[in-house]
Amino acid sequence: MFKNKKTRLVFRSVVLSILVITTILVLYINSLQDNPILAEGDPAEDFVLERLDNGEEIQLSELEGKGVMINFWATYCGPCKKEMPYMEELYQKYQDQGIEIIAVSVDKNRMVIENFYNRYNLSFPLVHDKNGTIMELYNVQPLPTSYFINPDGTIERVVKGPLTLDRLETYFKEILPKE
Amino acid sequence: MNKIKCECGHINHEGTVLCEACGKPIKENQHIDGNDQQKVLEMRYEGSARRSKTYKRTFIDKTWAFFSSVKVGVWLIVAALIAAAIGTLYPQEEFKNSVLPSSQFYEEQYGLTGKIFYQLGFHNLYSSWWFITLIALIGISLVICSIDRFVPLHRALKNQKAKRHEVFVRRQRFFSESENVTEDEKNKLIERLKKKRYKITEDDGHILAEKNRFSRWGPYVNHIGLIIILIAGILRMFDFMHTEGYIWVREGETKVLPTTEQQYYIKNDKFIYETYDRNDERFQEALKNEEFDVPSNFQTNATVYKVKGDIIPGQEPELEKVTSGSIRLNEPVTFDGYGIYQSGTQLKSEYKTISFNAETNNGNGLGGFKFDTNKDKRIFKLDQGYQVEIKDYYPQFEITEEGPSSFSKYPRNPGIIFEVTGPDIEKERFFYIDESVIALNDNHTINLSVEDTELITASGLIVKKDYSLPFFLIGAVIFMIGVAQGLYWHHRRVWIHPKGEQFLIAGHTNKKLVWS
Repeated sequence: MFKNKKTRLVFRSVVLSILVITTILVLYINSLQDNPILAEGDPAEDFVLERLDNGEEIQLSELEGKGVMINFWATYCGPCKKEMPYMEELYQKYQDQGIEIIAVSVDKNRMVIENFYNRYNLSFPLVHDKNGTIMELYNVQPLPTSYFINPDGTIERVVKGPLTLDRLETYFKEILPKE
Repeated sequence: MNKIKCECGHINHEGTVLCEACGKPIKENQHIDGNDQQKVLEMRYEGSARRSKTYKRTFIDKTWAFFSSVKVGVWLIVAALIAAAIGTLYPQEEFKNSVLPSSQFYEEQYGLTGKIFYQLGFHNLYSSWWFITLIALIGISLVICSIDRFVPLHRALKNQKAKRHEVFVRRQRFFSESENVTEDEKNKLIERLKKKRYKITEDDGHILAEKNRFSRWGPYVNHIGLIIILIAGILRMFDFMHTEGYIWVREGETKVLPTTEQQYYIKNDKFIYETYDRNDERFQEALKNEEFDVPSNFQTNATVYKVKGDIIPGQEPELEKVTSGSIRLNEPVTFDGYGIYQSGTQLKSEYKTISFNAETNNGNGLGGFKFDTNKDKRIFKLDQGYQVEIKDYYPQFEITEEGPSSFSKYPRNPGIIFEVTGPDIEKERFFYIDESVIALNDNHTINLSVEDTELITASGLIVKKDYSLPFFLIGAVIFMIGVAQGLYWHHRRVWIHPKGEQFLIAGHTNKKLVWS
């Protein structure tokens, strides 16, 4: 089959490299599947939802130029409720410097959100993802989950689980627009 | 490269055991049986030089030789088998069905062995890098083993001559020596062989009768099938070939279907749950000892919609009906390459509506109202100027350290606080829990009571798209063709070797002897 040793070596090298490259590709593709669709560095998927407090629509892409925190929460989630006052405190401090918060409630019934909202006296926009469409889009598993979006619309950081005041402030500084 | 010249004149590759042309054993390579002149010849791979056994010079050659070893292949398969078996001892991560993170779940549930299971990565075995690497190594071994055996075997069978060396003929398992054979008898033998569909080649009075040579390619056809199956497994990793998602949809609810890029919605029109009829004669015997009714049908009547035009997620989409039908166990509803399968039920687990009746203490009816857990209607008008307002609503009521709260968003056990106002009364508060109403004021003039409740079922559905199945089928069919080719047909050869007045006749079939 082979004229000489050299052709055999070339043949073997080609076959082995095809097999090894295929293996590496398979491992690479497999490692991609562990990551969520929206990973740090990817552009954040756009969405539009109605604000509960004033009925206006809020659209993520229109907030470009601002650092945006998207906070997925629910009234039945204890840790979510605990971080709300921190968000309110820092919102007061950073709102003027170009930070926006969108709190996406995944509750089913709007009444429970309104009751909560009135009790906590929150000023940042609150939206209702009644059918879980945005939750599905952002592949949210545990609550709370927070996405920190850069002014250019890419995801800077994904945080699963509750935040402390300190960490929240650090993350706000990461996405703070540069003047 | 050292070539070995046989006395018949044929030039053989280094490592050849039997001359490709005449079959004479090559002395220095007959180490298998210690050059025993009486023993039956080892006919594996026609005694051809399996190259892996000879050249081990460069790194590439060494790697090649490693994968070319059947022994290595067998051990790789054994290792993969053992690992795959261990992975089934405890549930894989995706099926653990617990809110606990895996780092705690396995230890708490299964103790020390569970902890080891988790720490060695068996909780995610089938997509772990080392398991995939193991399977890939088996694939590499398969390809290289096949190339290294198919090529020399093919060449040896192509080069074989009808005229064989006497030693080769004598040392076959089936061998006979006949004196004074007439030409007639010889022709008769050839005729008979021809009748049995043997192909006859003649060379200088030496005769080779051969049939079913294609059976020798069976193992390699089989390996091609296996490699196609492995390729199908790789294709399955891509989203355009295969996706799978899971969704819970409540009766009456319309939700976006996962893994469809938000392009499809599903509405659960109605869930049907049926049990076997205890009064039916056919089932009476079987159901005699069953305490609970035995389900006979889980069915979701669903409608699938496609989003019309481009929308921004979150916007109410304009939906166009794609299909509708009943999803039963193993009877999916299919559309546009997707299939929706029935796979979970939370039977009558959530309240859809709760109807209340109101009356005054002295029995004056004030009418009723219906609370819908899915609507955010707060105020209900009653007769005679009375009205009810919902002050607080907990879909799944529980008491925590911080007071009343809800465990989830699903109305599995609603707790509602009402406030009733009217023309001649102060505010009166009531608390609904567990299908009854408790008055929160000591002196109340109004009575609220539950009239009716409506429960709904949540249906768990798998959304699946799989274009990789035909590739698995093609691979499996080729695999089976290879098995049949190699096992149901046998390569048979008969050599007739004239030697003076004598006739030496030998036969060989590629089939393992089970009784020797």
